[in-house]
Amino acid sequence: MNSIILQTATRFLMPLILVFSVVMMLQGHNKPGGGFVGGLLAAAAFALHALAFNPAETRASIRFDLRSIIATGLLCALSAGVLSLAQGMPLFTGLWMDVAVPGVGHVHLGTPMLFDLGVYLVVLGITLLMVISLVED
Amino acid sequence: MTLLAVVISGFLLAIGAPLVARVLGRALPGVPSLAGWVLAALPAAIAVWLVMQVSSVGHGETISVVYPWVPGLGIDLAFMLDGLSLLFALLISGIGALIFIYAGGYMAGHPHQGRLYAFLLFFMGSMLGVVLASNVLTLFVFWELTSISSYLLIGFDHRRAAARAAALQALLVTGLGGLAMLAGLLLMGQVAGTYSISEMLASPEVFRSHALYVPIVILVVLGCFTKSAQFPFHFWLPGAMEAPTPISAYLHSSTMVKAGIYLLARMTPLLGGTELWQWLLTGAGAVTMVVGAVLAMRESYLKRLLAYSTVSALGIITMGLGIGTTGAIEGAIAFLLAHAFYKGSLFMVAGAIDHETGEKNVDKLSGLRASMPLLAIVALLAGASLAGLVPFAGFVAKEMVLEGTLHASELGPAAPALLTGALLLAAALLFVVAGLVTVKPFFGGARPTPKKAHEPPVSLLLGPLVLAGLGVVIVFVPGVLADPLIGPAASVVVGEALHTHFALWHGVTLALGLSAAALLAGLGLYVARGKWFGLMSRFAWVDRVSPSAVYAGTLRFVGELAVSQTRLLQNGKLRDYLITILLTTILIVGYPLVAMVGAPSFERLAPLHWFDVAIAGLILLSSIAAVTSGSRLMAIIALGLAGLGVTMFYVIYAAPDLALTQISIEALSVVLFVLVFRRLPDFRSLSTARSKVRDALIACAGGAMMGALVLMATSFASDKSVSRELAERSYPEGHGRNVVNVILVDFRALDTMGEITVLALAALGVYSLLKMRRRPEVGAEAAGLEVGRGAGVGPAVGSGEVSA
Repeated sequence: MNSIILQTATRFLMPLILVFSVVMMLQGHNKPGGGFVGGLLAAAAFALHALAFNPAETRASIRFDLRSIIATGLLCALSAGVLSLAQGMPLFTGLWMDVAVPGVGHVHLGTPMLFDLGVYLVVLGITLLMVISLVED
Repeated sequence: MTLLAVVISGFLLAIGAPLVARVLGRALPGVPSLAGWVLAALPAAIAVWLVMQVSSVGHGETISVVYPWVPGLGIDLAFMLDGLSLLFALLISGIGALIFIYAGGYMAGHPHQGRLYAFLLFFMGSMLGVVLASNVLTLFVFWELTSISSYLLIGFDHRRAAARAAALQALLVTGLGGLAMLAGLLLMGQVAGTYSISEMLASPEVFRSHALYVPIVILVVLGCFTKSAQFPFHFWLPGAMEAPTPISAYLHSSTMVKAGIYLLARMTPLLGGTELWQWLLTGAGAVTMVVGAVLAMRESYLKRLLAYSTVSALGIITMGLGIGTTGAIEGAIAFLLAHAFYKGSLFMVAGAIDHETGEKNVDKLSGLRASMPLLAIVALLAGASLAGLVPFAGFVAKEMVLEGTLHASELGPAAPALLTGALLLAAALLFVVAGLVTVKPFFGGARPTPKKAHEPPVSLLLGPLVLAGLGVVIVFVPGVLADPLIGPAASVVVGEALHTHFALWHGVTLALGLSAAALLAGLGLYVARGKWFGLMSRFAWVDRVSPSAVYAGTLRFVGELAVSQTRLLQNGKLRDYLITILLTTILIVGYPLVAMVGAPSFERLAPLHWFDVAIAGLILLSSIAAVTSGSRLMAIIALGLAGLGVTMFYVIYAAPDLALTQISIEALSVVLFVLVFRRLPDFRSLSTARSKVRDALIACAGGAMMGALVLMATSFASDKSVSRELAERSYPEGHGRNVVNVILVDFRALDTMGEITVLALAALGVYSLLKMRRRPEVGAEAAGLEVGRGAGVGPAVGSGEVSA
């Protein structure tokens, strides 16, 4: 496909969708959203890119092997669960802490957020892996 | 603590062994056997520590440690060192040290040397775990680990199909026995109310009088017999000779095949002493002893000859344990010790001959004593012990077993004569084996060999020399190794303190005379072998009815069964899969729904709004359009529209998370469908009217079933306590106001973890199917299947149902 309209629109839309997907993931704990939707949105952004331009360019712009993204996601999710074991608590016990960030105030961080990041990466990775493999050749 | 280290250290070093081998190989390439010498330090250290315990254990002391493992199920990581485990552990670690040195020389320059060391250490740790475990479930875990490590070791040369088949055979046979044994051990645990062996030993009589005694004995004995290659499970052992020689010498002569013997000995105080036990062990042992020795006569390859003689020796030991008198048990333990020395040595000699001449066929070996005189002496020392000549350990041990069979009158009046006769026959045939393995290759006129024969290096000589030497030392200085080991080990089996004496001279006894007669018969058979070996080939028909033929037939049958049922169920037609899945679901959900719940009620439904009707109409119309449309693109867009209709319901009834997920899924599904359709041939309607009607009926039934299910679910006043509790705990405990998300990433995080793992695997499956370039049509079809599944799995994480 070689549509200039789609390509130009993609250039503007893609960063927006990607930022939105991250917002979705981060706000998921308190408002609608979460790692799953976030990952799907991010995958949609890249899928748009792959359709508008070509899959090779999309792969290049992602930089990482998609399978590594899936593996990293699984690792994030798993380590979020294992961290509590090190503290002598059952697997997947949520651990939380307040971090003071200058200029922002207190940020509430916890292992479930790391877990959600893992879900985000896995969903992004698998969806793109399927889409890009199908678009290629 | 030290005891735990003894077991665990092998596993830990196994992880680092390949690195050690590589680093040493790079640092000192001139000494390729160096890694073997270095890694031998661990088994040697373990052996030294065990030797230091000999005197205290000999006085009846027991070292034991217990670490709770799964306390709720009564499973402990428990180890103990008593006379019996000390003997076995010492054999495992002591011979292990020699094997590592030998392996260093044997595998010098092999690219996967490090892997061999890792597997060997893994095996050593598992084996030490088996003999030191004092909890039957701990024992079982290590028992299985020996099967697994032995699989890896036999199949070490994994590029050869024969090695792979032999490894699988050993794994299947011992694994099958292992499963039977697990059942037996669990029954024992139920009967005794504990899994601890030491606690079972406190009241051993509960087993013999219990109703489950017979099944327990049969199951446990099955595990032991498969592991120790007793007839009819003996056939995997000669097959396992596919492994490199260090492995055969270690696993298949002196250690792993003795695991079954160990367990039989360990279980004797608990399960032994009954007629069933005595007959099972004595019978199987005697048959194995004779069958192994006779089958050896048909072999001409060094290692296979030795393997069959090992089968025979294992039979002798089992028979001794079965007879059950104090003398017979002492004899069995003494034979075990003597056999470990000479057989380990002989395997290493056979490997050294093969390594230095490139020839393993006895018929083609002759006159090697000129080119390798040291190895010839070592071989003769060990061979004399195998033959049962005076004054070697094999002779003393055989005399002790003979005394046992001569006094086996407890088994019936004919038993002593029968068992003694069988033992003498086996002894005569083992004499022939000894001659073939240690005299034939070294004497006579020299023959050319594939490689120029020369004396093996120190690393290949040390192991066999030490073991063969020990076979002499224990006879002349029994107080050093034989008496302190055999007595305490036999005491554990018999249950009372024994002071066995490994004496060369018992006076002029009946056993001595019979033994001499057997030796003469063996000598005659060996000298006249040219006249009767040819007869063995007449019995080729035995192979067609042998247990190994049964094994091969079973394996082939299972394979064919798998192929035929795969052809039936996995025929590659997506529509058949859908029909199967839908019909099964309709049946197993619909039947109980109708039979047990009755007709759905419409009473508790919320009042209908005009927009509900409008959206439902939209969904219905787009579904009809999807089915009737003449173009795929149309169908997909219509399907997407139906999905959007469902999304609207979610929005109206305040399920924003579901709506969000659903809409993303719908968008991506359309993209994926379009991409898949690019690969399909042009759209044509090929279905017959009949199949269309059939599909429509199934689809309608599926829809009706789902509808009824939803109606049924809403017609009950649902219990809100669970959702209320989750909502209440969400913020204080999960630190989030979005209950759905808190459930997914915190409360039920383990479920989500499982789901994303499945997703990742499914995606890798799709990826590999798409990358199968050679058969693109298969890839496209399978991708279509996976897309459907992908959209179906997704909502399990994020939302409710999606009708993809």
